[in-house]
Amino acid sequence: MQPETMQRYSGKSVLLHWLVAILIIAAFALGTYMTDLKISPTKLKLYSWHKWIGVTVLALVAIRLLVRLFSAAPAYPDSMKTWEKQVASLTHIALYVLMFGVPLSGYLYTYAAGFPVVYLGLIELPALITPDPAMKDSFKELHEVLTNGMLLLVILHIAAALKHHFIDKDNILKRMLPDFSNKE
Amino acid sequence: MKNLTQAVQLPASKIFNTASLATSLLIAAAIGSVSTLSHAANVQIDAPKSTVQVVFKQMNVPVQAQFKKFTATIDYNSAKPESSKAQVDIDASSLNLPAPEYNAEVLKKEWFNAAQFPKASFVSTSMKSAGSGKLDVTGNLTIKGKTVVASFPLSIKTEGKSLTFEGSLPIKRLTFNIGEGEWKDTSMIADEVMIKFKVVANQ
Repeated sequence: MQPETMQRYSGKSVLLHWLVAILIIAAFALGTYMTDLKISPTKLKLYSWHKWIGVTVLALVAIRLLVRLFSAAPAYPDSMKTWEKQVASLTHIALYVLMFGVPLSGYLYTYAAGFPVVYLGLIELPALITPDPAMKDSFKELHEVLTNGMLLLVILHIAAALKHHFIDKDNILKRMLPDFSNKE
Repeated sequence: MKNLTQAVQLPASKIFNTASLATSLLIAAAIGSVSTLSHAANVQIDAPKSTVQVVFKQMNVPVQAQFKKFTATIDYNSAKPESSKAQVDIDASSLNLPAPEYNAEVLKKEWFNAAQFPKASFVSTSMKSAGSGKLDVTGNLTIKGKTVVASFPLSIKTEGKSLTFEGSLPIKRLTFNIGEGEWKDTSMIADEVMIKFKVVANQ
């Protein structure tokens, strides 16, 4: 609509957004698939990969949060109603909470179960808690509940982005897409 | 030992006044105690305080599991530890993994084949002194029907009447065909498995 005034997310933010998006989808797909598998070496391998991806997401989201705190997100277009802006902000905050909460609950779940995470098979990560069967069940439950919450928010997030792009025809989606123009 | 003490403390008159059968029984008991003293004695195992654990690595993740059921018979001679004897029988179906859904899995043919080989055992064949409170133990280790000679250092701690035998015995799981077929892959589950045990007994 008005490309001359279009404010984009920074290259760093765009890169982190899509990297985290791909990893979250991969972790979700793996997590859904692996839990239904019969016990096999493949199942164990996928569990490890799922945990490594989760830890990677946790680290990247910590960086994302810092980037976000130190460089403000571009303002919403004036065409958005106040309540729309509020819902968008709330959704983003909730997404951040869950981007921490889902991997953290998984981390606590595996440690409560007595399986440490050895990142990429190389680095054993610190145990924040000692194995505890009761805690294990609670963290498993929490991991599932938060994951379902994340799924709903991601669907809402994608639906909103598509609505902005195809119905409102504003720049909301474009400002999070990589900038391939050579203007700079 | 108790029998001996009691027999000695009984006044001579009382002994002679008792029927000859009782007297001979007491003397027999006393002699029996003496012979037990000079040799070794089976110590009473304190089962709740004793543990047999295995530690292995799954994609480099250290995993600890416990055998819940086992019996240990230790013929321990504190005066001459080298003459001690030990036997440990482990119930192969009692392995408790951090993920209980795997407990049934390890009973299968590919793993312990517990239906055919319900027990794993260790029977000592020699003990050599390795300094105070230490013995080098050698014996026959049988897992899944396969027997291998194994040696490991054993530490013995005495605290009052309580004895603690502790040691670690590294094995290779594939020697015993633990994990067959697709589970042979040692990049998934390492070949090296550490058996760690702690047996608490009362003298």
